[in-house]
Amino acid sequence: MDNVVVLMEGITKSFPGVQALSEGYFELRSGEVHALLGENGAGKSTLMKVLTGIYPKDSGRILYKGQAVEIPTPKAAQDLGISIIHQELNLMPHLTVAQNIFIGREPRSGLRFVLDEQQINEQTRQLFDMMHLQLDPRDKVGDLTVAKQQMVEIAKALSFNSEVLIMDEPTAPLTETEIEDLFRIIRQLREKGVAIVYISHRLEEIKQIADRVTVMRDGRYINTVGTRDVTIQQIISMMVGRTIYETAPEVPETADHETVLEVKHLNRGRSIKDVSFELKRGEILGVAGLMGAGRTEVARAIFGADPIDSGEIIVAGKKAPIKSPQDAVKHGIGYLSEDRKRFGAALGLDVETNIALSAFQKFLRFLGWVDSGKTRTTADHFVKALAIKTPSVRQKVRNLSGGNQQKVIIGKWLTANTDILIFDEPTRGIDVGAKSEIYKLLNELSSQGKSIIMISSELPEILRMSHRVLVMCEGRVTGELPIAEATQERIMHLATQRESYL
Amino acid sequence: MAVSVAPRGTLVRNDALQRVLAFGALIVLFVVFSLASPNFLQFNNIVGILLATAVNGVLALGVTFVIITGGIDLSIGTVMTLAAVVTGVVITRWNLPVPLGVLVGLLAGAAAGLVNGLIIAKLKIPPFIATLGMLNVAKGLALVISGLTPIYFNNAPAFNTIAMGSVTGAIIPGFNIPNAVLLFFLAAIIASLILTKTVLGRYTFALGSNEEAARLSGVNVNAWKIAVYTLTGLFSGLAGVIIASRLNSAQPALGQGYELDAIAAAVIGGTSLSGGEGSILGTVIGAFIISTLTNGLRILSVPQEWQTVVTGAIVVVAVYLDIVRRRRG
Ligand SMILES: Nc1ncnc2c1ncn2[C@@H]1O[C@H](COP(=O)(O)OP(=O)(O)OP(=O)(O)O)[C@@H](O)[C@H]1O
Ligand SMILES: [Mg+2]
Repeated sequence: MDNVVVLMEGITKSFPGVQALSEGYFELRSGEVHALLGENGAGKSTLMKVLTGIYPKDSGRILYKGQAVEIPTPKAAQDLGISIIHQELNLMPHLTVAQNIFIGREPRSGLRFVLDEQQINEQTRQLFDMMHLQLDPRDKVGDLTVAKQQMVEIAKALSFNSEVLIMDEPTAPLTETEIEDLFRIIRQLREKGVAIVYISHRLEEIKQIADRVTVMRDGRYINTVGTRDVTIQQIISMMVGRTIYETAPEVPETADHETVLEVKHLNRGRSIKDVSFELKRGEILGVAGLMGAGRTEVARAIFGADPIDSGEIIVAGKKAPIKSPQDAVKHGIGYLSEDRKRFGAALGLDVETNIALSAFQKFLRFLGWVDSGKTRTTADHFVKALAIKTPSVRQKVRNLSGGNQQKVIIGKWLTANTDILIFDEPTRGIDVGAKSEIYKLLNELSSQGKSIIMISSELPEILRMSHRVLVMCEGRVTGELPIAEATQERIMHLATQRESYL
Repeated sequence: MAVSVAPRGTLVRNDALQRVLAFGALIVLFVVFSLASPNFLQFNNIVGILLATAVNGVLALGVTFVIITGGIDLSIGTVMTLAAVVTGVVITRWNLPVPLGVLVGLLAGAAAGLVNGLIIAKLKIPPFIATLGMLNVAKGLALVISGLTPIYFNNAPAFNTIAMGSVTGAIIPGFNIPNAVLLFFLAAIIASLILTKTVLGRYTFALGSNEEAARLSGVNVNAWKIAVYTLTGLFSGLAGVIIASRLNSAQPALGQGYELDAIAAAVIGGTSLSGGEGSILGTVIGAFIISTLTNGLRILSVPQEWQTVVTGAIVVVAVYLDIVRRRRG
């Protein structure tokens, strides 16, 4: 093919104790959207980091438009016309949106060292107009929601006008409308001949947007196929090397179980408005809503991470004055954050410490001595039970793939063994195999009598897992549906009952 | 328990609040001291405060940059002394012209900063340790070069006018603001322009906010870090020239301890020790708070020892306020 822009052959890359890539191969053509798929830890991000000069490769070669190239730094990749949106957000919270987008290549005015702030803002505004994005270039990035921050990352990547654009799970924090905007932009770019690499675990997206699919497994290239020529089931089997059967679980009858958690008239600023609901023993309560509906805010308020203005939280029939996460844990409430990088995991520490972290007193012996044998066996247990892909429990969490980091956090809360678990977007960035493991796990937990609040932006997930669905919009609870009556349409209807329309 | 969840949406609070607080505190200090002592508001005393602010202020301007990058520079005090001594040697022992001496002094400061930057960026030694090392190296060098004795600038009367002459006095008779003060204000304006208008300033914030993100965006983070430490060194050099000119001598034993006052000034003015936030205006206000406090306490005849205690406590309060406003939603 003469329109091949990137050809990566025989790429290997190892980290201490891990062979991340053993046979990386990738062929990218101009004007195509090429999905790169694989389970957590398959080596997708690593392959793309090699291509963008973040990791040096151990061996193999890269051809760019037919020429052998070396890409030693991110800057070298940019200069070639390759840009990337990383799986993790890479923004500077104290800088404005526009300053973030133009970091490293700020327009200068007259004097060589003087910035042209006006031009930065102006160019950013044009970019946002093109993207149909309502955002002030002068807002500080740290004040934005994760979804908005992701849109900033996307805008930044677009602003390079690159010929190759890599998106590593760009839609993970986005909602339906934002995803549609993104797809529209992607299609425009494809028209212009840009080559796009698209990494995602949401397989239904692949069918919509991708022309070809490359599947990786265990650091190896498996196959490249045209999206039209395969079914999702076939892609999945290629990814996992086996066939996954999913049967819908039975929904247990929990309505007459005792109430373990009751939230009454919760208020906090403009983000939580008079929220009340109950959670029964052994129940999975799905919380649906659009971005900014206040779901995470409610979870954080219950967990004591943010102060509330008014309202009551009642745990097991008793008023629980929760002022801090410590209080929440004491009352048996655990919270898995949607933003694992910032709040969920201690990335610099190893798997073992992270798993033991929220329940350290369980491992304490005389005089605060940590029983390291016990932390080790506990960690080993969860690494096995959750199929966490890591060379050992001593590996730093930072070095795990995104999906495996999420599993470590789940392991941490299972160790704490709290009765009420709030899962905020538990399967974000998690591959199909691991996803069905996590679903299985949620079901097991609920049948053991644990009560679960599951916040999710993926409606199929809400419908599949919940026993009851709570829908929020603009900080208010707009509806509650028993699972038998819940449909995508009804949930969406409730999720868009904006106050301004009433 | 080791559960920690950062409050949402409070990652970035404008440091403007701390600046307003600091400015309010400065006003309060002025009011209290002028009520307590009629001597406080005398023109000569105010000039004294301004003069005392100049040296610490220039050091604080420099250290503001490294603190915003999320680093620290403990060597600024002794580097200042080294610069003063070097200037002294050039002007008095080698009998070279005053401007040349000043230039060499500035360069000596910048060179020390450059070395700090190289060690931190290339050898990956934490700023605290690297600059602690430089603190001692510069202190030792100052003693060695001076031969352990103060260097007096008696052969070059022009040198003393750099700090103690008064351009304003020449224009408006009687309005004798020492040049040192004017130099400080000039340096502050330049520092502020660098911080807010130039590429160097932008990357100073970027480094402190998220160094990894800056690196992945193709910013040569090492080069800019080195540039920032060099700039800080240059300001220390300037402080060295000013203090030598003001004392009409280079005192090799002076200098240690100045770094803490300078860091305190920056922090009181709202520069965050965790990086990413800060302003020159804040630092200038912070520097004035410290010298006003010291001056006022002296006028009220509070013993020197107690003055130190008070300034120490103020710094802790300022850092605490910084943490509190960060925690609020
Ligand atoms: N910096 C690193 N140090 C050590 N090991 C690493 C590092 N980066 C990645 N790895 C390991 O390399 C393997 C491949 O990781 P990679 O991030 O490429 O997976 P991925 O396919 O992107 O997975 P996910 O879908 O979960 O993001 C994993 O086993 C991971 O733990
Ligand atoms: Mg990845």
